[in-house]
Amino acid sequence: MAPVKVFGPARSTNVARVLVCLEEVGAEYEVVSEPRAPCQKLAAADDSILILQPFGQIPAFQDGDVVLFESRAIAKYVLRKYKSADADLLREGNLKEAAMVDVWTEVEAHQYNPAISPIVYECLVNPAMRGIPPNQKVVDESLEKLKKVLDVYEARLSKTKFLAGDFLSFADLNHFPYTYYFMATPHAAVFDSYPHVKAWWESIVSRPSCLPRRLDAKHRVGSSEKG
Amino acid sequence: MGIKVYGPAASTNVARVLVCLEEVGVEYELVPVDMPSGEHKRPEHLARNPFGQVPAFQDGDLMLSESRAIAKYILRKGGSQLLRECNLSESAMVDVWLEVEAAQFSSAMSPIIFQCFVIPVVMGGKPDMKVVEENLEKLKKALEVYEARLSKFKYLAGEFVSLADISHFPTAHYLLGSPHASAIDAYPHVKAWIADIMARPSVKKVRELMKMASA
Repeated sequence: MAPVKVFGPARSTNVARVLVCLEEVGAEYEVVSEPRAPCQKLAAADDSILILQPFGQIPAFQDGDVVLFESRAIAKYVLRKYKSADADLLREGNLKEAAMVDVWTEVEAHQYNPAISPIVYECLVNPAMRGIPPNQKVVDESLEKLKKVLDVYEARLSKTKFLAGDFLSFADLNHFPYTYYFMATPHAAVFDSYPHVKAWWESIVSRPSCLPRRLDAKHRVGSSEKG
Repeated sequence: MGIKVYGPAASTNVARVLVCLEEVGVEYELVPVDMPSGEHKRPEHLARNPFGQVPAFQDGDLMLSESRAIAKYILRKGGSQLLRECNLSESAMVDVWLEVEAAQFSSAMSPIIFQCFVIPVVMGGKPDMKVVEENLEKLKKALEVYEARLSKFKYLAGEFVSLADISHFPTAHYLLGSPHASAIDAYPHVKAWIADIMARPSVKKVRELMKMASA
């Protein structure tokens, strides 16, 4: 089987979302990236990239004739294709378990991410990539939202080991990229008030699939760079 | 205990769930939630949807939230072909365009719906036209991509209708009922595709429920 291709830099949160899933299932893959190059720039080197990703975002993905975009859709494709007895992260063979995976995957997208990502952008991305200081009002509002979300997570994780149940799933892994960066902001201690959430996070971030994804610019796993 | 959906039919997220129930033809009870009085933030509802939103969904002892997750559960349980989970590449395309629906289409439409429907009707206020204009621009950029896609394929995921298409109907319903419906005239394939979805019996039924709810 030829390795699948992921287009976009490994340190991008949405690219990392896909890479963690590839690592979990042990698939062979290639990262086609250029530091700080969104797909529009890649298009200058290779027009086919824009066709891969019509919204000009990252990641894009190719497995032979199958061309995909949207990181959660790509990740699900990977998890389905390479599903095994050891790696069944979608639980599509069980109606109720699959539903719980879907629910908490949606929660990450619609509740958790909108609260945590502005903090990552204000505290890390804007200063590092655009030389803009954090907008404290945005950070404070987002922290308040995040705490309300973490209240719900704490209640859930007091009852089950992982979000969808007592099994690790795609729903948990989805939280890795943005939470990893959040822990590098001055606000990481917010999680200390939520002991079950903190323990859950520590179990995710210590997984082998997450270790190479330390999202350093120096790390490129099997990357081939173009233009 | 049968299937219960908690929330007003006029909510786009509730409507998304209802249309799937109609597609698979199962009986269900629609339980009202009085949002103007804050019922969705009270403990009884929070026990069903901990984020205090609608819909909440119950099937026996299974309680779910998040409309797209509920939709998939309903379609899988009902043996529907709208997810294509037996086919790796087809199901991937359904997932891609379902993500696009949420991230590009509905994300631009939600502020427009809030300004053009919720604020005047529920809150007795005036729409903020700046917000509407900004989001119409975002919507048009998305519609360009949709137009290109629907010029090549009959439906978003391919030549087959799927949840990705039907998931657009609640927000498209409001777009068609807003002062900005003509925005789609510039995108003939999008316009025809919306008309096709709206012609589905399940969609017609739920649109009636949505209109009754907001009357």
